[in-house]
Amino acid sequence: MMRSPPGSRQLLPGFRLSLGCAVLYLSLLVLLPLSGLVFKASQLSLAAFWEIASGERALASYRVTFGASLLAASINTAFGLIVAWVLVRYSFPGKRVIDALVDLPFALPTAVAGITLATLYAGNGWIGRHLEPLGFKIAFAPPGIVVALTFIGLPFVVRTLQPVIEDIEPEVEEAAASLGASRLQTFVRVLWPALLPALLTGFTLAFSRSIGEYGSVIFIAGNMPLISEITPLLIISKLEQYDVVGATALAVVMLFISFIMLFVVNGLQWWAATRHGARAADGGRR
Amino acid sequence: MSASVGRRATTEPPWLRYLLLAVGLGFLFFFLLLPLLAVFAEAFAAGWRAYLAALQDRDARSAIALTLLVALLVLPLNIGFGVAAAWAIAKFEFRGKSLLITLIDLPFAVSPVVVGLVFLLIFGAQGLFGPWLAANDIKVVFALPAIVLVTMFITLPFVARELIPLMQAQGKEEEEAAISLGASGWQMFRRVTLPNIRWGLLYGVILANARAMGEFGAVSVVSGHIRGETNTLPLHVEILYNEYNAVGAFASASVLALLALVTLVAKTVVEWRMRREMRMLASDLAAENSGR
Repeated sequence: MMRSPPGSRQLLPGFRLSLGCAVLYLSLLVLLPLSGLVFKASQLSLAAFWEIASGERALASYRVTFGASLLAASINTAFGLIVAWVLVRYSFPGKRVIDALVDLPFALPTAVAGITLATLYAGNGWIGRHLEPLGFKIAFAPPGIVVALTFIGLPFVVRTLQPVIEDIEPEVEEAAASLGASRLQTFVRVLWPALLPALLTGFTLAFSRSIGEYGSVIFIAGNMPLISEITPLLIISKLEQYDVVGATALAVVMLFISFIMLFVVNGLQWWAATRHGARAADGGRR
Repeated sequence: MSASVGRRATTEPPWLRYLLLAVGLGFLFFFLLLPLLAVFAEAFAAGWRAYLAALQDRDARSAIALTLLVALLVLPLNIGFGVAAAWAIAKFEFRGKSLLITLIDLPFAVSPVVVGLVFLLIFGAQGLFGPWLAANDIKVVFALPAIVLVTMFITLPFVARELIPLMQAQGKEEEEAAISLGASGWQMFRRVTLPNIRWGLLYGVILANARAMGEFGAVSVVSGHIRGETNTLPLHVEILYNEYNAVGAFASASVLALLALVTLVAKTVVEWRMRREMRMLASDLAAENSGR
Protein backbone atom coordinates (compact mmCIF):
# COMPACT_ATOMS: atom_id res chain seq x y z
CA MET A 1 0.00 0.00 0.00
CA MET A 2 2.87 2.34 0.76
CA ARG A 3 4.68 1.75 -2.50
CA SER A 4 4.00 3.98 -5.45
CA PRO A 5 3.91 2.31 -8.84
CA PRO A 6 7.31 2.01 -10.53
CA GLY A 7 8.27 4.50 -13.18
CA SER A 8 6.30 7.47 -11.87
CA ARG A 9 8.72 10.21 -10.92
CA GLN A 10 7.55 11.95 -7.81
CA LEU A 11 8.12 15.62 -7.43
CA LEU A 12 5.73 16.32 -4.59
CA PRO A 13 6.77 15.70 -1.00
CA GLY A 14 4.89 14.14 1.86
CA PHE A 15 3.47 11.00 0.30
CA ARG A 16 4.73 8.59 2.95
CA LEU A 17 4.04 11.00 5.78
CA SER A 18 0.47 11.85 4.76
CA LEU A 19 -0.52 8.32 3.81
CA GLY A 20 1.12 6.96 6.95
CA CYS A 21 -0.71 9.41 9.21
CA ALA A 22 -4.04 8.83 7.48
CA VAL A 23 -3.78 5.04 7.60
CA LEU A 24 -2.60 5.09 11.22
CA TYR A 25 -5.45 7.39 12.31
CA LEU A 26 -8.03 5.31 10.45
CA SER A 27 -6.64 2.04 11.82
CA LEU A 28 -6.44 3.14 15.45
CA LEU A 29 -9.78 4.90 15.49
CA VAL A 30 -11.94 2.78 13.19
CA LEU A 31 -10.48 -0.52 12.02
CA LEU A 32 -8.99 -1.84 15.28
CA PRO A 33 -12.01 -0.91 17.44
CA LEU A 34 -14.39 -2.49 14.93
CA SER A 35 -12.31 -5.67 14.76
CA GLY A 36 -12.40 -5.68 18.56
CA LEU A 37 -16.17 -5.90 18.31
CA VAL A 38 -16.01 -8.81 15.89
CA PHE A 39 -13.35 -10.48 18.07
CA LYS A 40 -15.55 -10.14 21.16
CA ALA A 41 -18.46 -11.70 19.27
CA SER A 42 -16.27 -14.52 17.97
CA GLN A 43 -15.83 -15.72 21.54
CA LEU A 44 -19.47 -16.76 21.34
CA SER A 45 -20.22 -20.15 19.84
CA LEU A 46 -22.09 -19.99 16.55
CA ALA A 47 -25.16 -21.56 18.15
CA ALA A 48 -25.17 -19.03 20.98
CA PHE A 49 -24.69 -16.15 18.52
CA TRP A 50 -27.55 -17.43 16.41
CA GLU A 51 -29.82 -17.78 19.41
CA ILE A 52 -29.33 -14.11 20.35
CA ALA A 53 -29.41 -12.77 16.79
CA SER A 54 -32.62 -14.65 15.96
CA GLY A 55 -34.41 -14.27 19.30
CA GLU A 56 -38.03 -13.19 19.23
CA ARG A 57 -37.33 -9.64 20.38
CA ALA A 58 -34.37 -9.31 17.99
CA LEU A 59 -36.39 -10.51 14.99
CA ALA A 60 -39.22 -8.13 15.85
CA SER A 61 -36.72 -5.25 16.12
CA TYR A 62 -35.30 -6.07 12.66
CA ARG A 63 -38.83 -6.04 11.27
CA VAL A 64 -39.57 -2.65 12.83
CA THR A 65 -36.19 -1.15 11.84
CA PHE A 66 -36.18 -2.40 8.25
CA GLY A 67 -39.89 -1.89 7.64
CA ALA A 68 -39.86 1.69 8.88
CA SER A 69 -36.58 2.48 7.06
CA LEU A 70 -37.93 1.05 3.80
CA LEU A 71 -41.13 3.03 4.09
CA ALA A 72 -39.34 6.26 5.03
CA ALA A 73 -36.79 5.89 2.22
CA SER A 74 -39.64 5.26 -0.26
CA ILE A 75 -41.53 8.35 0.92
CA ASN A 76 -38.31 10.34 0.58
CA THR A 77 -37.66 8.97 -2.91
CA ALA A 78 -41.12 9.95 -4.18
CA PHE A 79 -41.21 13.40 -2.57
CA GLY A 80 -37.46 13.95 -3.00
CA LEU A 81 -37.82 13.59 -6.78
CA ILE A 82 -40.57 16.21 -6.79
CA VAL A 83 -38.65 18.56 -4.47
CA ALA A 84 -35.42 18.24 -6.50
CA TRP A 85 -37.31 18.85 -9.76
CA VAL A 86 -39.12 21.88 -8.37
CA LEU A 87 -35.91 23.35 -6.91
CA VAL A 88 -33.93 22.96 -10.16
CA ARG A 89 -36.52 23.66 -12.85
CA TYR A 90 -39.05 26.11 -11.42
CA SER A 91 -38.55 29.59 -10.06
CA PHE A 92 -40.53 30.89 -7.12
CA PRO A 93 -39.96 33.41 -4.32
CA GLY A 94 -37.78 32.20 -1.44
CA LYS A 95 -36.27 29.43 -3.51
CA ARG A 96 -32.70 29.88 -2.26
CA VAL A 97 -33.77 29.88 1.38
CA ILE A 98 -35.84 26.74 0.88
CA ASP A 99 -32.95 25.11 -0.97
CA ALA A 100 -30.62 25.82 1.96
CA LEU A 101 -33.23 24.55 4.43
CA VAL A 102 -33.24 21.10 2.79
CA ASP A 103 -30.00 20.33 4.68
CA LEU A 104 -31.61 21.03 8.05
CA PRO A 105 -31.82 17.33 9.00
CA PHE A 106 -28.02 17.07 8.52
CA ALA A 107 -27.44 20.09 10.75
CA LEU A 108 -30.09 19.63 13.44
CA PRO A 109 -29.00 17.27 16.25
CA THR A 110 -31.08 14.11 16.20
CA ALA A 111 -32.23 14.49 19.81
CA VAL A 112 -33.71 17.88 18.96
CA ALA A 113 -35.46 16.41 15.93
CA GLY A 114 -36.76 13.58 18.11
CA ILE A 115 -38.34 15.65 20.87
CA THR A 116 -39.73 18.17 18.38
CA LEU A 117 -41.38 15.59 16.15
CA ALA A 118 -42.74 13.76 19.20
CA THR A 119 -44.28 17.03 20.43
CA LEU A 120 -45.70 17.91 16.99
CA TYR A 121 -47.33 14.51 16.42
CA ALA A 122 -48.47 13.83 20.00
CA GLY A 123 -52.23 13.90 20.65
CA ASN A 124 -52.08 17.55 21.73
CA GLY A 125 -49.43 18.67 19.23
CA TRP A 126 -49.87 20.96 16.22
CA ILE A 127 -50.22 18.03 13.83
CA GLY A 128 -51.31 15.18 16.10
CA ARG A 129 -54.26 17.25 17.31
CA HIS A 130 -55.78 17.07 13.81
CA LEU A 131 -54.83 13.48 13.06
CA GLU A 132 -55.80 11.70 16.26
CA PRO A 133 -59.56 12.45 16.02
CA LEU A 134 -59.42 10.84 12.56
CA GLY A 135 -58.01 7.68 14.10
CA PHE A 136 -54.36 8.16 13.10
CA LYS A 137 -52.04 7.67 16.05
CA ILE A 138 -48.55 8.71 14.95
CA ALA A 139 -46.42 9.55 17.99
CA PHE A 140 -45.64 6.76 20.46
CA ALA A 141 -46.61 4.16 17.83
CA PRO A 142 -44.84 2.59 14.83
CA PRO A 143 -45.88 5.36 12.36
CA GLY A 144 -43.89 7.77 14.53
CA ILE A 145 -40.73 5.88 13.63
CA VAL A 146 -41.49 6.39 9.94
CA VAL A 147 -42.01 10.13 10.51
CA ALA A 148 -38.66 10.47 12.34
CA LEU A 149 -36.79 8.47 9.69
CA THR A 150 -38.42 10.47 6.89
CA PHE A 151 -37.09 13.65 8.49
CA ILE A 152 -33.60 12.18 8.96
CA GLY A 153 -33.37 10.85 5.39
CA LEU A 154 -34.95 13.82 3.62
CA PRO A 155 -31.81 15.51 2.21
CA PHE A 156 -30.28 12.39 0.65
CA VAL A 157 -32.53 11.91 -2.39
CA VAL A 158 -32.88 15.66 -3.05
CA ARG A 159 -29.14 16.29 -2.88
CA THR A 160 -28.25 13.27 -5.03
CA LEU A 161 -30.78 14.20 -7.72
CA GLN A 162 -30.22 17.97 -7.97
CA PRO A 163 -26.85 17.89 -9.79
CA VAL A 164 -28.12 15.17 -12.13
CA ILE A 165 -31.21 17.19 -13.09
CA GLU A 166 -29.00 20.28 -13.56
CA ASP A 167 -26.77 18.29 -15.92
CA ILE A 168 -29.57 17.15 -18.24
CA GLU A 169 -29.02 19.11 -21.43
CA PRO A 170 -32.13 20.93 -22.67
CA GLU A 171 -31.24 19.76 -26.21
CA VAL A 172 -32.12 16.20 -25.25
CA GLU A 173 -35.63 17.16 -24.22
CA GLU A 174 -36.00 19.44 -27.24
CA ALA A 175 -34.93 16.62 -29.54
CA ALA A 176 -37.49 14.28 -28.00
CA ALA A 177 -40.16 16.94 -28.33
CA SER A 178 -39.35 17.75 -31.95
CA LEU A 179 -39.53 14.05 -32.75
CA GLY A 180 -43.13 14.22 -31.57
CA ALA A 181 -42.84 12.87 -28.04
CA SER A 182 -45.37 14.07 -25.52
CA ARG A 183 -44.11 15.41 -22.18
CA LEU A 184 -45.01 12.12 -20.53
CA GLN A 185 -43.14 10.11 -23.18
CA THR A 186 -40.11 12.38 -22.82
CA PHE A 187 -40.16 11.83 -19.08
CA VAL A 188 -40.54 8.06 -19.27
CA ARG A 189 -38.12 7.43 -22.14
CA VAL A 190 -35.52 10.19 -21.74
CA LEU A 191 -35.51 11.68 -18.26
CA TRP A 192 -36.35 8.65 -16.13
CA PRO A 193 -33.40 6.51 -17.33
CA ALA A 194 -31.05 9.44 -16.66
CA LEU A 195 -32.43 9.94 -13.15
CA LEU A 196 -32.71 6.31 -12.11
CA PRO A 197 -29.13 5.67 -10.86
CA ALA A 198 -29.16 8.82 -8.72
CA LEU A 199 -32.65 8.01 -7.46
CA LEU A 200 -31.51 4.54 -6.36
CA THR A 201 -28.34 5.95 -4.80
CA GLY A 202 -30.35 8.49 -2.82
CA PHE A 203 -32.81 5.81 -1.73
CA THR A 204 -29.99 3.55 -0.54
CA LEU A 205 -28.22 6.38 1.34
CA ALA A 206 -31.45 7.35 3.11
CA PHE A 207 -32.22 3.71 3.88
CA SER A 208 -28.78 2.97 5.27
CA ARG A 209 -28.82 6.10 7.44
CA SER A 210 -32.27 5.13 8.75
CA ILE A 211 -31.28 1.62 9.81
CA GLY A 212 -28.69 2.88 12.28
CA GLU A 213 -30.65 5.91 13.48
CA TYR A 214 -31.27 6.14 17.19
CA GLY A 215 -31.56 9.68 18.58
CA SER A 216 -34.56 10.94 16.67
CA VAL A 217 -36.51 7.66 16.86
CA ILE A 218 -36.48 6.83 20.56
CA PHE A 219 -38.43 9.93 21.58
CA ILE A 220 -41.31 9.37 19.19
CA ALA A 221 -41.44 5.56 18.91
CA GLY A 222 -43.03 4.64 22.22
CA ASN A 223 -40.39 1.87 22.43
CA MET A 224 -42.69 -1.06 23.10
CA PRO A 225 -40.81 -4.37 22.79
CA LEU A 226 -41.95 -6.43 19.76
CA ILE A 227 -44.03 -3.50 18.43
CA SER A 228 -42.05 -0.29 18.19
CA GLU A 229 -38.56 -1.19 19.40
CA ILE A 230 -35.75 -0.56 16.89
CA THR A 231 -32.58 -2.66 16.89
CA PRO A 232 -30.23 0.11 18.15
CA LEU A 233 -32.54 0.60 21.13
CA LEU A 234 -32.54 -3.14 21.82
CA ILE A 235 -28.72 -2.98 21.93
CA ILE A 236 -28.95 -0.16 24.48
CA SER A 237 -31.48 -1.98 26.66
CA LYS A 238 -29.33 -5.11 26.64
CA LEU A 239 -26.39 -2.95 27.74
CA GLU A 240 -28.44 -1.44 30.53
CA GLN A 241 -29.21 -4.95 31.77
CA TYR A 242 -25.45 -5.68 31.73
CA ASP A 243 -25.98 -8.18 28.88
CA VAL A 244 -22.81 -7.11 27.05
CA VAL A 245 -22.65 -10.36 25.08
CA GLY A 246 -26.20 -9.95 23.77
CA ALA A 247 -25.53 -6.32 22.83
CA THR A 248 -22.31 -7.32 21.05
CA ALA A 249 -24.03 -10.02 18.99
CA LEU A 250 -26.71 -7.59 17.80
CA ALA A 251 -24.08 -4.94 17.10
CA VAL A 252 -22.23 -7.39 14.85
CA VAL A 253 -25.44 -8.02 12.92
CA MET A 254 -25.85 -4.24 12.48
CA LEU A 255 -22.19 -3.84 11.48
CA PHE A 256 -22.54 -6.58 8.88
CA ILE A 257 -25.57 -4.79 7.42
CA SER A 258 -23.59 -1.50 7.38
CA PHE A 259 -20.88 -3.17 5.30
CA ILE A 260 -23.45 -4.48 2.83
CA MET A 261 -25.03 -1.03 2.51
CA LEU A 262 -21.62 0.58 1.96
CA PHE A 263 -20.92 -1.97 -0.75
CA VAL A 264 -24.30 -1.34 -2.43
CA VAL A 265 -23.83 2.45 -2.36
CA ASN A 266 -20.37 2.10 -3.91
CA GLY A 267 -21.77 -0.19 -6.60
CA LEU A 268 -24.58 2.23 -7.41
CA GLN A 269 -22.21 5.18 -7.62
CA TRP A 270 -19.96 3.24 -9.92
CA TRP A 271 -22.98 2.41 -12.08
CA ALA A 272 -24.05 6.06 -12.14
CA ALA A 273 -20.50 7.09 -13.03
CA THR A 274 -20.15 4.67 -15.92
CA ARG A 275 -23.58 5.65 -17.26
CA HIS A 276 -23.36 9.38 -16.99
CA GLY A 277 -19.71 10.25 -16.65
CA ALA A 278 -17.81 11.13 -13.53
CA ARG A 279 -19.78 14.31 -12.81
CA ALA A 280 -22.98 12.53 -11.91
CA ALA A 281 -21.14 10.30 -9.48
CA ASP A 282 -19.36 13.21 -7.88
CA GLY A 283 -22.61 15.05 -7.40
CA GLY A 284 -24.05 11.92 -5.89
CA ARG A 285 -21.53 11.87 -3.10
CA ARG A 286 -23.62 14.07 -0.92
CA MET B 1 -48.08 25.97 -33.91
CA SER B 2 -44.97 23.83 -34.01
CA ALA B 3 -43.26 26.19 -31.56
CA SER B 4 -46.07 25.71 -29.09
CA VAL B 5 -45.81 21.94 -29.49
CA GLY B 6 -42.08 22.12 -28.77
CA ARG B 7 -42.66 24.34 -25.82
CA ARG B 8 -45.31 22.04 -24.45
CA ALA B 9 -43.07 19.01 -24.62
CA THR B 10 -40.04 20.53 -22.88
CA THR B 11 -41.91 21.78 -19.86
CA GLU B 12 -44.86 20.58 -17.84
CA PRO B 13 -48.36 21.96 -18.43
CA PRO B 14 -49.23 24.77 -15.95
CA TRP B 15 -51.64 22.67 -13.86
CA LEU B 16 -48.93 20.05 -13.34
CA ARG B 17 -46.33 22.67 -12.46
CA TYR B 18 -48.58 24.11 -9.78
CA LEU B 19 -49.40 20.63 -8.50
CA LEU B 20 -45.72 19.64 -8.24
CA LEU B 21 -44.87 22.95 -6.57
CA ALA B 22 -47.68 22.49 -4.05
CA VAL B 23 -46.75 18.88 -3.27
CA GLY B 24 -42.99 19.53 -3.02
CA LEU B 25 -43.26 22.69 -0.95
CA GLY B 26 -46.05 21.19 1.18
CA PHE B 27 -43.81 18.24 2.00
CA LEU B 28 -40.97 20.57 3.02
CA PHE B 29 -43.38 22.70 5.05
CA PHE B 30 -44.60 19.77 7.14
CA PHE B 31 -41.29 17.99 7.53
CA LEU B 32 -38.80 20.87 7.80
CA LEU B 33 -40.36 24.25 8.53
CA LEU B 34 -42.95 23.13 11.06
CA PRO B 35 -40.45 21.21 13.26
CA LEU B 36 -38.06 24.17 13.13
CA LEU B 37 -40.78 26.59 14.22
CA ALA B 38 -42.00 24.17 16.88
CA VAL B 39 -38.58 24.10 18.62
CA PHE B 40 -38.69 27.83 19.23
CA ALA B 41 -42.42 27.94 19.98
CA GLU B 42 -42.01 25.30 22.68
CA ALA B 43 -38.87 26.95 24.07
CA PHE B 44 -40.69 30.26 24.53
CA ALA B 45 -43.99 28.64 25.59
CA ALA B 46 -43.56 29.89 29.16
CA GLY B 47 -42.13 33.26 28.17
CA TRP B 48 -38.72 34.89 27.97
CA ARG B 49 -37.92 34.65 31.65
CA ALA B 50 -38.45 30.89 31.90
CA TYR B 51 -36.37 30.51 28.75
CA LEU B 52 -33.43 32.51 30.10
CA ALA B 53 -33.68 30.82 33.50
CA ALA B 54 -33.51 27.40 31.84
CA LEU B 55 -30.33 28.39 30.01
CA GLN B 56 -28.73 29.89 33.09
CA ASP B 57 -29.20 26.64 34.97
CA ARG B 58 -25.87 25.29 36.18
CA ASP B 59 -26.23 21.91 34.46
CA ALA B 60 -27.23 23.58 31.18
CA ARG B 61 -24.17 25.83 31.30
CA SER B 62 -21.83 22.95 32.04
CA ALA B 63 -23.42 20.93 29.20
CA ILE B 64 -22.81 23.82 26.80
CA ALA B 65 -19.21 24.10 28.00
CA LEU B 66 -18.58 20.37 27.57
CA THR B 67 -20.11 20.39 24.09
CA LEU B 68 -17.84 23.26 23.05
CA LEU B 69 -14.79 21.58 24.60
CA VAL B 70 -15.43 18.30 22.76
CA ALA B 71 -15.77 20.10 19.42
CA LEU B 72 -12.62 22.10 20.14
CA LEU B 73 -10.62 18.93 20.85
CA VAL B 74 -12.01 16.89 17.95
CA LEU B 75 -11.91 19.38 15.07
CA PRO B 76 -8.10 19.93 14.87
CA LEU B 77 -7.50 16.16 14.75
CA ASN B 78 -10.21 15.82 12.17
CA ILE B 79 -8.65 18.56 10.03
CA GLY B 80 -5.23 16.95 10.31
CA PHE B 81 -6.54 13.58 9.20
CA GLY B 82 -8.67 15.06 6.41
CA VAL B 83 -5.81 17.08 4.90
CA ALA B 84 -3.32 14.19 5.17
CA ALA B 85 -5.71 11.64 3.65
CA ALA B 86 -6.76 13.99 0.86
CA TRP B 87 -3.15 14.91 0.05
CA ALA B 88 -2.13 11.26 -0.31
CA ILE B 89 -5.26 10.24 -2.22
CA ALA B 90 -5.56 13.23 -4.55
CA LYS B 91 -1.92 13.80 -5.48
CA PHE B 92 -0.44 10.30 -5.63
CA GLU B 93 -1.19 6.93 -7.19
CA PHE B 94 -0.94 3.84 -5.02
CA ARG B 95 -2.46 0.42 -4.68
CA GLY B 96 -5.45 0.09 -2.38
CA LYS B 97 -6.53 3.70 -2.96
CA SER B 98 -10.19 2.95 -3.65
CA LEU B 99 -10.28 0.69 -0.60
CA LEU B 100 -8.94 3.56 1.50
CA ILE B 101 -11.61 5.92 0.11
CA THR B 102 -14.30 3.37 0.97
CA LEU B 103 -12.95 2.91 4.50
CA ILE B 104 -13.04 6.66 5.07
CA ASP B 105 -16.79 6.47 4.38
CA LEU B 106 -17.26 3.64 6.88
CA PRO B 107 -18.10 5.81 9.94
CA PHE B 108 -21.13 7.21 8.05
CA ALA B 109 -22.49 3.69 7.60
CA VAL B 110 -22.07 2.43 11.17
CA SER B 111 -24.90 3.05 13.63
CA PRO B 112 -23.93 5.54 16.36
CA VAL B 113 -25.06 3.05 19.00
CA VAL B 114 -22.65 0.45 17.62
CA VAL B 115 -19.85 3.05 17.69
CA GLY B 116 -20.51 3.72 21.36
CA LEU B 117 -20.61 0.01 22.16
CA VAL B 118 -17.31 -0.58 20.37
CA PHE B 119 -15.47 1.87 22.61
CA LEU B 120 -17.26 0.53 25.67
CA LEU B 121 -15.95 -2.93 24.81
CA ILE B 122 -12.38 -1.67 24.61
CA PHE B 123 -12.20 0.74 27.52
CA GLY B 124 -15.14 -0.32 29.71
CA ALA B 125 -14.79 -2.11 33.06
CA GLN B 126 -15.13 -5.55 31.42
CA GLY B 127 -13.37 -4.40 28.27
CA LEU B 128 -10.00 -5.17 26.78
CA PHE B 129 -8.06 -2.41 28.59
CA GLY B 130 -10.61 -2.05 31.39
CA PRO B 131 -8.65 -3.78 34.19
CA TRP B 132 -5.39 -2.03 33.26
CA LEU B 133 -7.07 1.40 33.12
CA ALA B 134 -8.76 0.77 36.48
CA ALA B 135 -5.46 -0.33 38.05
CA ASN B 136 -3.79 2.88 36.86
CA ASP B 137 -6.78 5.00 37.81
CA ILE B 138 -7.35 6.33 34.31
CA LYS B 139 -10.94 7.13 33.42
CA VAL B 140 -11.86 6.77 29.77
CA VAL B 141 -15.42 5.50 29.67
CA PHE B 142 -18.08 7.65 31.37
CA ALA B 143 -15.60 10.53 31.11
CA LEU B 144 -14.31 13.08 28.60
CA PRO B 145 -11.84 10.79 26.72
CA ALA B 146 -14.52 8.36 25.51
CA ILE B 147 -16.82 11.23 24.46
CA VAL B 148 -13.95 12.68 22.43
CA LEU B 149 -13.08 9.28 20.91
CA VAL B 150 -16.61 8.47 19.69
CA THR B 151 -16.97 12.01 18.32
CA MET B 152 -13.66 11.60 16.45
CA PHE B 153 -15.00 8.35 14.97
CA ILE B 154 -18.37 9.82 13.97
CA THR B 155 -16.92 12.95 12.33
CA LEU B 156 -13.93 11.30 10.65
CA PRO B 157 -15.19 11.44 7.03
CA PHE B 158 -16.38 15.06 6.79
CA VAL B 159 -13.19 17.01 5.98
CA ALA B 160 -11.56 14.25 3.93
CA ARG B 161 -14.66 13.78 1.77
CA GLU B 162 -14.83 17.48 0.91
CA LEU B 163 -11.12 17.77 0.18
CA ILE B 164 -10.53 14.62 -1.91
CA PRO B 165 -12.64 15.58 -4.97
CA LEU B 166 -11.56 19.24 -4.67
CA MET B 167 -7.83 18.45 -4.61
CA GLN B 168 -8.24 15.87 -7.38
CA ALA B 169 -9.91 18.50 -9.56
CA GLN B 170 -7.13 21.02 -8.88
CA GLY B 171 -4.42 18.63 -10.07
CA LYS B 172 -0.82 18.95 -8.95
CA GLU B 173 0.78 21.38 -11.42
CA GLU B 174 0.80 24.36 -9.07
CA GLU B 175 2.42 22.43 -6.24
CA GLU B 176 4.96 20.90 -8.61
CA ALA B 177 5.82 24.36 -9.88
CA ALA B 178 6.38 25.59 -6.31
CA ILE B 179 8.68 22.65 -5.54
CA SER B 180 10.70 23.02 -8.71
CA LEU B 181 11.13 26.73 -7.91
CA GLY B 182 12.77 25.65 -4.69
CA ALA B 183 10.00 25.91 -2.11
CA SER B 184 10.15 23.60 0.87
CA GLY B 185 7.27 21.21 1.53
CA TRP B 186 5.88 23.40 4.27
CA GLN B 187 6.17 26.59 2.15
CA MET B 188 4.38 24.86 -0.73
CA PHE B 189 1.60 23.73 1.59
CA ARG B 190 1.13 27.13 3.22
CA ARG B 191 1.43 29.29 0.09
CA VAL B 192 -0.12 27.10 -2.60
CA THR B 193 -2.17 24.21 -1.24
CA LEU B 194 -3.85 25.90 1.70
CA PRO B 195 -5.14 28.94 -0.23
CA ASN B 196 -6.51 26.58 -2.89
CA ILE B 197 -8.39 24.35 -0.50
CA ARG B 198 -9.44 26.84 2.19
CA TRP B 199 -13.13 27.04 1.25
CA GLY B 200 -13.49 23.29 0.87
CA LEU B 201 -11.69 22.83 4.18
CA LEU B 202 -13.97 25.34 5.90
CA TYR B 203 -17.00 23.58 4.41
CA GLY B 204 -15.90 20.24 5.81
CA VAL B 205 -15.16 21.80 9.21
CA ILE B 206 -18.63 23.40 9.34
CA LEU B 207 -20.29 20.04 8.71
CA ALA B 208 -18.00 18.18 11.13
CA ASN B 209 -18.64 20.79 13.82
CA ALA B 210 -22.41 20.50 13.50
CA ARG B 211 -22.17 16.74 13.87
CA ALA B 212 -19.65 16.91 16.72
CA MET B 213 -21.85 19.24 18.76
CA GLY B 214 -25.05 17.40 17.95
CA GLU B 215 -24.05 13.74 18.24
CA PHE B 216 -26.40 11.85 20.51
CA GLY B 217 -26.44 8.06 20.11
CA ALA B 218 -22.73 7.28 20.37
CA VAL B 219 -22.09 9.83 23.12
CA SER B 220 -25.11 8.58 25.05
CA VAL B 221 -23.63 5.07 25.25
CA VAL B 222 -20.22 6.11 26.59
CA SER B 223 -21.00 9.26 28.60
CA GLY B 224 -22.70 7.75 31.63
CA HIS B 225 -25.05 10.77 31.84
CA ILE B 226 -23.37 12.27 34.88
CA ARG B 227 -25.03 15.64 35.41
CA GLY B 228 -22.74 18.61 35.41
CA GLU B 229 -19.84 16.39 34.36
CA THR B 230 -20.34 14.19 31.29
CA ASN B 231 -23.59 15.57 29.91
CA THR B 232 -23.27 17.18 26.52
CA LEU B 233 -26.02 19.52 25.37
CA PRO B 234 -27.98 16.86 23.39
CA LEU B 235 -27.89 14.54 26.43
CA HIS B 236 -29.03 17.40 28.65
CA VAL B 237 -32.00 17.88 26.30
CA GLU B 238 -32.89 14.20 26.68
CA ILE B 239 -32.73 14.22 30.49
CA LEU B 240 -34.92 17.30 30.84
CA TYR B 241 -37.40 15.95 28.29
CA ASN B 242 -37.68 12.64 30.14
CA GLU B 243 -38.30 14.61 33.36
CA TYR B 244 -41.25 16.34 31.63
CA ASN B 245 -39.42 19.65 31.83
CA ALA B 246 -40.53 20.70 28.34
CA VAL B 247 -39.47 24.34 28.62
CA GLY B 248 -35.99 23.38 29.83
CA ALA B 249 -35.58 20.70 27.18
CA PHE B 250 -36.70 22.96 24.36
CA ALA B 251 -34.65 25.91 25.63
CA SER B 252 -31.49 23.81 25.32
CA ALA B 253 -32.83 22.35 22.07
CA SER B 254 -33.29 25.87 20.71
CA VAL B 255 -29.59 26.57 21.28
CA LEU B 256 -28.80 23.51 19.17
CA ALA B 257 -31.39 24.54 16.56
CA LEU B 258 -29.78 27.96 16.40
CA LEU B 259 -26.45 26.24 15.86
CA ALA B 260 -28.05 24.28 13.02
CA LEU B 261 -29.33 27.49 11.42
CA VAL B 262 -25.90 29.15 11.72
CA THR B 263 -24.45 26.00 10.14
CA LEU B 264 -26.87 26.23 7.21
CA VAL B 265 -26.12 29.92 6.62
CA ALA B 266 -22.34 29.41 6.85
CA LYS B 267 -22.57 26.40 4.57
CA THR B 268 -24.57 28.32 1.98
CA VAL B 269 -22.14 31.25 2.03
CA VAL B 270 -19.15 28.92 1.61
CA GLU B 271 -20.90 27.02 -1.19
CA TRP B 272 -21.48 30.34 -2.93
CA ARG B 273 -17.81 31.30 -2.54
CA MET B 274 -16.66 27.91 -3.84
CA ARG B 275 -18.90 28.17 -6.88
CA ARG B 276 -17.59 31.66 -7.62
CA GLU B 277 -13.99 30.49 -7.35
CA MET B 278 -14.73 27.56 -9.65
CA ARG B 279 -16.20 29.98 -12.21
CA MET B 280 -13.16 32.25 -11.97
CA LEU B 281 -10.90 29.24 -12.42
CA ALA B 282 -12.86 28.18 -15.50
CA SER B 283 -12.75 31.66 -17.06
CA ASP B 284 -9.00 31.91 -16.34
CA LEU B 285 -8.50 28.64 -18.18
CA ALA B 286 -10.64 29.82 -21.08
CA ALA B 287 -8.65 33.09 -21.34
CA GLU B 288 -5.40 31.14 -21.27
CA ASN B 289 -6.60 28.85 -24.04
CA SER B 290 -7.82 31.65 -26.31
CA GLY B 291 -4.57 33.59 -25.78
CA ARG B 292 -2.54 30.68 -27.06
